[in-house]
Amino acid sequence: MEVPVQLSPDDRRYTREHEWIMVEDAATGHARSGITDFAQDQLGDIVYFDLPKVGDTLSLHGKMGEVESVKAVSDLFSPVNGQVIEVNERLMDHPELTNQDPFGEGWLVVVAMSDATEMDGLLTADEYEALIAGQ
Amino acid sequence: MTQTNLRTSLYSTHLDLGARMVPFGGWDMPVQYSGILGEVGAVRNAAGLFDVSHMGRVYVSGPRATEFLDWVLTGSVESLRVGRARYCMICNEQGGIIDDTIFYRLSEDGYLLIPNAGNRTTVVSWFQHWIGQRFPGGCTLEDRTQATALLALQGPNAAQIMDQVCVLKSSRAPSGLRFFAWGEGKILGNDVFVGRTGYTGEDGFEMVVESADAQALWQRLLGTGATPCGLGARDVLRLEAGLPLHGHEIDAETTPIEAGLERFVSLEKEFVGSPAVRRQLERGVERKLVGLTAPGRSAPRAGYSILDQGQEVGRITSGAFSPTLDTSIAMGYVLVRYANSGQELQVDIRGRPTQAQVVSLPFYIRPSRRP
Repeated sequence: MEVPVQLSPDDRRYTREHEWIMVEDAATGHARSGITDFAQDQLGDIVYFDLPKVGDTLSLHGKMGEVESVKAVSDLFSPVNGQVIEVNERLMDHPELTNQDPFGEGWLVVVAMSDATEMDGLLTADEYEALIAGQ
Repeated sequence: MTQTNLRTSLYSTHLDLGARMVPFGGWDMPVQYSGILGEVGAVRNAAGLFDVSHMGRVYVSGPRATEFLDWVLTGSVESLRVGRARYCMICNEQGGIIDDTIFYRLSEDGYLLIPNAGNRTTVVSWFQHWIGQRFPGGCTLEDRTQATALLALQGPNAAQIMDQVCVLKSSRAPSGLRFFAWGEGKILGNDVFVGRTGYTGEDGFEMVVESADAQALWQRLLGTGATPCGLGARDVLRLEAGLPLHGHEIDAETTPIEAGLERFVSLEKEFVGSPAVRRQLERGVERKLVGLTAPGRSAPRAGYSILDQGQEVGRITSGAFSPTLDTSIAMGYVLVRYANSGQELQVDIRGRPTQAQVVSLPFYIRPSRRP
């Protein structure tokens, strides 16, 4: 397996399903979430996202949408419990943003976390790197 | 059960190019290099290079070769001139499609067939069975799949590239070959068989060389600026061109009539399956293969239900987002009364009923062939 081009940034947490989540505002518990570079690399060219809507309730590890690449469809899972407060609308016309910049411009949703301490249960960047090194 | 897949003579070259390898038809094959969408674009707009050595190279020769092939192939063999090629099917007695193939007439009594990777051994056994049964001593089979390589150069720039690298024995330029014609020539001093054929809906060439020469040919063609392309792009390209893939649109349970491939069947002769095919033509079929377009980028995929007002009326056999047409496209079987162009249907995309329209195939016709 090739080493991912982009290392996982250590300013955020990760799940075993290859999502990342990063706190944007500790006071409000708002966090931005997306999929990792490893995930986009495995998917190949992304052509479509089915994302939740603003106001939808997300549950920890619950399905929150789908991502389609040319070859396959994969489920997207929520890294935390919370409510969707923003969705990356640019992905509707430009899903390739997630291929190009998965940790930045290619983010999926912003969530108001129900309990910010849930983040502690997720993988650190080092733990996530170790996980994908074994895949 | 672990099974070792076969590898083409370019296996390590693919790894060096960063290809992602997948098992396909008993072979380890590159599914993509840089990315499927970019590779599709390269073939539609410039030129793409494919290693399709997993496809079979089966040579049939002997005094009764023509007669034999006319018995096992749906297309007319006798009427094909030396120097030309034809697409057709191999049917079982029920008219079910064992495989589809291109066959090249090499000489009065010599042919080259290109069965699908996963069907090659079945086809060879099937042929041996019929040779023993009806044409004993009349023809010989030689499976040279593992002794040779098959490369495909496809796209609007393919002819220009071939003229640059290849000299044909006839001293004609490869661009002078007609579509579905072949010639013999040299590239870098090595013998190469060149057919003006392909599976992408573009102009292009398919080349057979000895395995030992594959690497040099591959590098020479990449050196002209052709983009290496994998099976992922090939699948999108053939779907856009409305070409069936065995195991999806066609299989031993489907017939040429159901698949809309009548034009590749000669009913002026008898062949294995011809009584069944004739009967189907007379009585009609229950289902037909159709093309479907769905607005948006979420693709109907193989196995999804095709619905009319909530009732299943068919199944998708292949589907993908088409980067060339910027919409989702699919093929599938529907009950005949739903098979007319313009028919509005739905596809159940993982629980979401999505509008789809029956359209005539192919989805994509290359600019030079449009009316």
